[in-house]
Amino acid sequence: MSKKPERIFVKGNEAIARGALAAKCKCFFGYPITPQNDIPEFMSSEMIKAGGDFVQAESEVAAANMLLGAGAAGVRAMTSSSSPGMSLKQEAISYMAGSEIPAVVVNMNRGGPGLGDIGPAQGDYYQSTRGGGHGDYRHFTLGPGTVQEAYDLTIRAFDIAFKHRTPVLILGDAILGQMKEPITPWTPENVDEEGGRDWAITGRDNGREKRLIKSLFLEEGALAGQNQHLQAKYDSWKDLAEAEQFETEDADLIVCAYGSIGRIAKSAVRKFRAEGKKVGLFRPITLYPFPSDDLLALAKQGKRFLTIEHNLGQMVDDVRLAIRTVADSDFYAIYPGNLPTPDELEEPILNCLEGK
Amino acid sequence: MSEMNEKLVFDRPESVIDRATHYCPGCHHGIAHRLIGELLDEMNLAEKTLMTTSIGCSVFLYNYLNVDAVEAPHGRAPAVATGVKRSRPDHFVFTYQGDGDLASIGMAEIMHAANRGEKMCVVFVNNTVYGMTGGQMAPTTLIGQRTTTTPAGRCQTHEGAPIRMTEIIASLGGVAFAARGALNTVANIKKAKKYLKKAFEFQLNNTGFGFVELLSGCPTNWKMTPLAANERITNEMIPYFPLGVYKDVSEEGGVC
Repeated sequence: MSKKPERIFVKGNEAIARGALAAKCKCFFGYPITPQNDIPEFMSSEMIKAGGDFVQAESEVAAANMLLGAGAAGVRAMTSSSSPGMSLKQEAISYMAGSEIPAVVVNMNRGGPGLGDIGPAQGDYYQSTRGGGHGDYRHFTLGPGTVQEAYDLTIRAFDIAFKHRTPVLILGDAILGQMKEPITPWTPENVDEEGGRDWAITGRDNGREKRLIKSLFLEEGALAGQNQHLQAKYDSWKDLAEAEQFETEDADLIVCAYGSIGRIAKSAVRKFRAEGKKVGLFRPITLYPFPSDDLLALAKQGKRFLTIEHNLGQMVDDVRLAIRTVADSDFYAIYPGNLPTPDELEEPILNCLEGK
Repeated sequence: MSEMNEKLVFDRPESVIDRATHYCPGCHHGIAHRLIGELLDEMNLAEKTLMTTSIGCSVFLYNYLNVDAVEAPHGRAPAVATGVKRSRPDHFVFTYQGDGDLASIGMAEIMHAANRGEKMCVVFVNNTVYGMTGGQMAPTTLIGQRTTTTPAGRCQTHEGAPIRMTEIIASLGGVAFAARGALNTVANIKKAKKYLKKAFEFQLNNTGFGFVELLSGCPTNWKMTPLAANERITNEMIPYFPLGVYKDVSEEGGVC
């Protein structure tokens, strides 16, 4: 008789921390901010037990720069924060993108702008997908919608970070971080813990040539070359874009939503389907690269679109860019500061379906 | 006289790369680089060194020392080096920072890395001015010193007093060694090397944080000849920034 897989009941924050440990993350650098404190709290004991290290930094700025150092040394490392703290981390994230340093950064999005509130929101979408710091860059951004997916995508984030030498952002929100669900933890096989050995600063062992990790390119044309290289890298990610499609095949109306809102929208879509109404859900899982091709394919079938976000309208830009040659998308904003329910989404979906 | 009778008494350390530097005539960065290079050779550290460079004139240190290096954002070198050291604790890790980098924008990072007792070394080059950006006031600019942002001279009631970093760092738990040297005379240079060596040893012994401030000249931004700049260090800087060891846990018998 085969053993049943272990099931545990954890918050989204803890699932991310556990996923990082399963992915052989060796260092965690954190700074307290609500609603992500469970992550550094969990890491402060479990990372040490796992043979790694944990530092509570003096600021988000310092935590992100510690991450930069660990990534440059070729070690799997992570930091986490929430919206105001993420703004402070952007300096280091820009440097990591410019220096091609792999790292995993978690943002449990809360309400803004400014200090805002500590409730859920999706107002950091632009910052997360456009390169929130200075300069021309992008990084992978993953948007989990369930606690299990938070665990799974954290493991994937480390592989992506090291394969493509880039910071990878996991964009959750206060709903995902604070919600408890049963998950099935798993341990990835063949984690390449020494994945950075051929480029990282590891010491000139055996007299090899020195290595330099930097983002400064002063010589004429050098920065242009680096930016061309980075852009080609970002272009190559296009094929890695991913989305969940739910009941889209025969749908007249596609609801586009990601993360926690994607999950809430799915409940609304289920209810409409039970009533025989042809509504489907398109939930981007990679927010950058955005799954534009899949969305365009749906648009070419003549479907209508409604984008729902927990912000004033950000991802809707990406939806419109994807389908602009054949269709447009309506938009429904859930204002940050409110906690949405599936019921709240029914009226805007119905209005859109009926062409109102 | 034939060449056979000549005896080589001074050569380039292997850890210092054979190339011309970009520094101005009379700048002391080259001396500081050489002292570090000599110690990396003498202590056989080059192959296990992970260097963190910072922003300012010294950002190109990575072009002159033959060791692995990562470049940090302005002021963040102690945080970057913390990440490097925590992830590769068996390596020798140091930062090299100027006064604007370390004592202004990076004040939080240096204070907390020192206070945590990170097992790393910080080389702090203090020339009382922002060099690379064109001679603006630094936290260490002396009272009365003219800079491009204190054209009438630094005034304590308006700009505050020059910050004495070594004294502050020495007061923090986690610090194994803190000293201030100067690079303006041969005697001071020799003493500065001893301080650096001691700081390096404390890291190798896993004792605690090592900090060495080096009073240095910036003839270009001071608008002085190199010799006059050296004299300024003696006559104006050392009286305000006294040289010496401010903390040495081996002498105190303390453990960090």
